[in-house]
Amino acid sequence: MPVTFVLREKKHEVKPGSTLMDSLKKINILPESVIAVKDGEMILQDEILKDGDIIKLVSVISGG
Amino acid sequence: MKCKTCGTKAVVNMPQHKLAMCKEHYLEWIPEQTARFIRKYWMFGPDEKILVAVSGGKDSLSLWDILIRLGYQVDGIYIGLGIDEGIGYSDTSLRLCREFAEKNQQKLIVVDVKGERGQSIPELASNGSRGRMKPCSVCGVVKRHEMNRIAFEHGYAVLATGHNLDDEAATLFGNTLSWSKDLLLRQKPVLPEQNGLARKVKPLCRFYEKEMTAYAMLRGIEYIYEECPFSVGSTSIYYKELLNQLENERPGAKLAFYVKFLSARASGLFKEDDYQPIEEVEGQIGVCSTCGQPTTNSGMCAFCKIVTFDKKDE
Ligand code: SF4
Ligand SMILES: [Zn+2]
Ligand SMILES: [Zn+2]
Repeated sequence: MPVTFVLREKKHEVKPGSTLMDSLKKINILPESVIAVKDGEMILQDEILKDGDIIKLVSVISGG
Repeated sequence: MKCKTCGTKAVVNMPQHKLAMCKEHYLEWIPEQTARFIRKYWMFGPDEKILVAVSGGKDSLSLWDILIRLGYQVDGIYIGLGIDEGIGYSDTSLRLCREFAEKNQQKLIVVDVKGERGQSIPELASNGSRGRMKPCSVCGVVKRHEMNRIAFEHGYAVLATGHNLDDEAATLFGNTLSWSKDLLLRQKPVLPEQNGLARKVKPLCRFYEKEMTAYAMLRGIEYIYEECPFSVGSTSIYYKELLNQLENERPGAKLAFYVKFLSARASGLFKEDDYQPIEEVEGQIGVCSTCGQPTTNSGMCAFCKIVTFDKKDE
């Protein structure tokens, strides 16, 4: 099972076993622009993502 | 990563400060740091009456929350812009501000632009006397004017906004690309009071946008996650993304860009005499003939021009 990222309505899948930082890089999302949440808890860049993890990404940039 | 204070698992990491923290210590650290910046930049004293501009977003509601926790006397002001665009943007943001105020037993002043001036921001933008304007240009003028008016009418010495470091760095980046000296001179954590206009302060100007989002989430503050529909594709968002690319490669670059600008100006990058209160910019004391606020226009201020045209037209 892959790791699934959910950012707004979009889903991205990556292979498990990498850190959050490396996984975000693979799907071209800047770590500085999002907060990652797993099972309701915020996780940091060094967290290793496992099979079946679902990671919600909260965008931090607001504009206007 | 472990919390620097207690060694338990950290939930926030700030590479620019080489600092990671657990929830408990992060939620203590943010108000402590805010208090430090309020003092450092001489923003306001413990007895001053503060009006905080809230939009329903993470920054402004977090600012309100922090100032309440620090024990300040702080009321909220919400400007109802009448932006719906199919997602009920203004309705949702007002509801969230009301809920926050109720939950914290604080006073919220609501100014409804359409109720008071007959037209919403998008309507004023398409019917203005100066022809079609961008909603954001109208919005900026209206918000500034109405906040100044309410602060004046209700006797608030200080108007606080939730601008974070990313907002400030993006503005600075834009002003630097165009070398807009007047705008650069105006970009400060504190703008002193002048001619009946309240002092403007930005107590969150040293926190990254990501840090403010983390604060709002960890405090359980319900904020509007949807963006204003008119902000899509805005230059400020584009600049923020550029600066975040830089930040990812060089942690601390964003912070240094802003903080070093402040210290460079403090040590004479610009002649501070070049900074002029708004009403003297064109060598004249300008006061709007309709509302009495300081203005660089002769006759009516930008706000009154936008809103009076429509009345004549009805
Ligand atoms: S994006 Fe534009 S219209 Fe929307 S709130 Fe901001 S300034 Fe106003
Ligand atoms: Zn701790
Ligand atoms: Zn006026």
